[in-house]
Amino acid sequence: MSSQTQKTILLDHGSGGLASQELISSLFLKHLGNKVLSALEDSAVMENQPGRLAFTTDSYVVDPIFFPGGDIGTLAVHGTINDLAMRGARPLCLSLGLILEEGLPLADLERIIISIKDASQGSGVPIVTGDTKVVPRGKADKIFINTSGIGLVADGLEISATRAQAGDKIILSGSMGDHGITIMTRRAGIALAGDLRSDSMALHAMVQKLLAGLPEGTIHTLRDPTRGGVATSLCEIAGSSGLMIEIEEAHIPVRAEVRAACEILGLDPLYLANEGKCLTLVAPEIADQALALMQACPEGAEAAIIGTATSGNPGRVVLKTTIGGTRVVTPLHGAPLPRIC
Amino acid sequence: MKYVDEFRDPELTAQLLQELEAATTKPFRVMEVCGTHTMAIFRSGLRALLPPAIELISGPGCPVCVTSASHIDAFLQMAELPGTHLAVFGDLFRVPGSNGTTLAHARARGAKIDVVYSSMDGLDLARQNPTEQVIFPGIGFETTTPGIAATILAARQQKIDNFMVFSTHKTMLPPLMALLGDPALGIDGLLCPGHVSSIIGAAAYQPLAEENHLACVVGGFEPTDILQALILMARQISEGRAEVENAYTRAVTWEGNPRARAMVETIFEPVDMEWRGLGTIKGSGLAIRKEYAGFDAQSRLSITVPESKEPPGCLCGQILKGITTPPACPLFGRRCTPASPVGPCMVSSEGTCSAWFNYGNDSH
Repeated sequence: MSSQTQKTILLDHGSGGLASQELISSLFLKHLGNKVLSALEDSAVMENQPGRLAFTTDSYVVDPIFFPGGDIGTLAVHGTINDLAMRGARPLCLSLGLILEEGLPLADLERIIISIKDASQGSGVPIVTGDTKVVPRGKADKIFINTSGIGLVADGLEISATRAQAGDKIILSGSMGDHGITIMTRRAGIALAGDLRSDSMALHAMVQKLLAGLPEGTIHTLRDPTRGGVATSLCEIAGSSGLMIEIEEAHIPVRAEVRAACEILGLDPLYLANEGKCLTLVAPEIADQALALMQACPEGAEAAIIGTATSGNPGRVVLKTTIGGTRVVTPLHGAPLPRIC
Repeated sequence: MKYVDEFRDPELTAQLLQELEAATTKPFRVMEVCGTHTMAIFRSGLRALLPPAIELISGPGCPVCVTSASHIDAFLQMAELPGTHLAVFGDLFRVPGSNGTTLAHARARGAKIDVVYSSMDGLDLARQNPTEQVIFPGIGFETTTPGIAATILAARQQKIDNFMVFSTHKTMLPPLMALLGDPALGIDGLLCPGHVSSIIGAAAYQPLAEENHLACVVGGFEPTDILQALILMARQISEGRAEVENAYTRAVTWEGNPRARAMVETIFEPVDMEWRGLGTIKGSGLAIRKEYAGFDAQSRLSITVPESKEPPGCLCGQILKGITTPPACPLFGRRCTPASPVGPCMVSSEGTCSAWFNYGNDSH
């Protein structure tokens, strides 16, 4: 690829002709190739396996495309895997659709494809089918990615927001806001001291350990608090389950760097996106066991019980503040914007 | 986090709440002038913990909220001129003008608008795009004005002539004098804005305290800062005193910041200014002086500011005056929400309506 480092994506690369084939073989198959993908058939055929199918799709348009802790490629793999994991599914395979802007440096594309390879291999979930289109310069922003994922849900396993029950303990798998604040400060060119980095990671392995280690039916809800943050996800769970959710500010893990950046920019970490965290609602009697299982995984090392679901005011989320006051938590409205003073 | 956690200490908070309870010998009404105070009181949950004898009224101190619809219309007008590029504070982005259009709508229609964190980012934008006219809509009080003045000075020094400011800058004291002179409001104490005070100094409130017999206390923005200010205020009110006291000594001095004020004076001169909901208040605004007219978007682009039309039914004006609270507005939480705000107090994250909507507590 060294000869291509100065090169950029041309409209020809999406034409379906020789340039497309060259891109597929020298870049995509070189890094992502496996038995199914490398067959280059029109669709991937997977072996039938027991269980029910989970199917999800997500598009990734992040700006900047590279950021500390990951890039658009890692997000595209982890995000879709996590959406499967949040229903208790074991992810089987992913599709990869790329929309490239004419003029994208090939070196940037290769860097992203290598990230996708690392994320896919690291999670054990192969890319089995893909597509690439190139649009004229200015018609897209560098690179847009869509990934869809198929997973298998064991028979009898039902995990959903509607299954949350009064008394459930709410576990957050680690610190919140890392991804959102990293992207926001990078996008705005705001240089802050401290190690701000995205938390982009796949959570399915931790979820499988929880499912294997806890009595059947005790994990009621899993939700990854991506855009809209922990606040919005909790509001969705409260709304779907008809329960009230009470959380304690002092128990919610937030890294010092993230808190400091939020203080400076006038943002609330409860509303910042996460890309490697999950909210887990579990039966109270196994909450400590679930917490210990999560903390034993690298993905959940900083997990904490942050609150409880109750039968109080249905659909409402209430935060007990560090000073002992309370306030209502509402879903995010619009994008979080830094404030004037 | 250092310098923050100390001021949110639960034990200290509990202790100060007890002190405040003891100092409050009769009911009193406090106006918290600053939007950051309003938000801090809600967000920290302090509102639900205060003695019921203390009534908190939000004042006209949210810079986005008091920006008149006509000024938003002027910003929209500039955004749609060919060759212009607006650099705006984030919370200005979704404020509706007189026909409900926002800068967010203008951007969707093709106008070039960037959200920036500081006016200096606007200057960078001008440097990077020499063929564009980069305009910074200047909003805000004494806290933001020195930064804007410094940016204009830097633009002149660096000979960047495609950077302009449309000044709707305002000063805090004239509206307070106008509002608090009205005895119908029945305010006993003023929680003076910490950030503004760091520039104008605590001494600036002396005429307010004397002429209106008001207990004026400058307060910081952490829960214990606010409690300390309220304790001083409760003691004044109990003892019938009306003085200026400073409970935010780590940031505010008696004299303020004369250097910042001098910089503002170099660039700006007082003018009459229209405030959303309060009308035009004499000498309450700042216009760019003739010597710096090259950086004045209003004169350079010949922008006429149309007359303001407030959205029908919106009570932001009364809310900004402290006459009413958001739940009394028929639009609040129904037609007017943070997702689709009608009035400016719902748009800004520091706005009174937004604070009530986002953090409103059943107990109050």
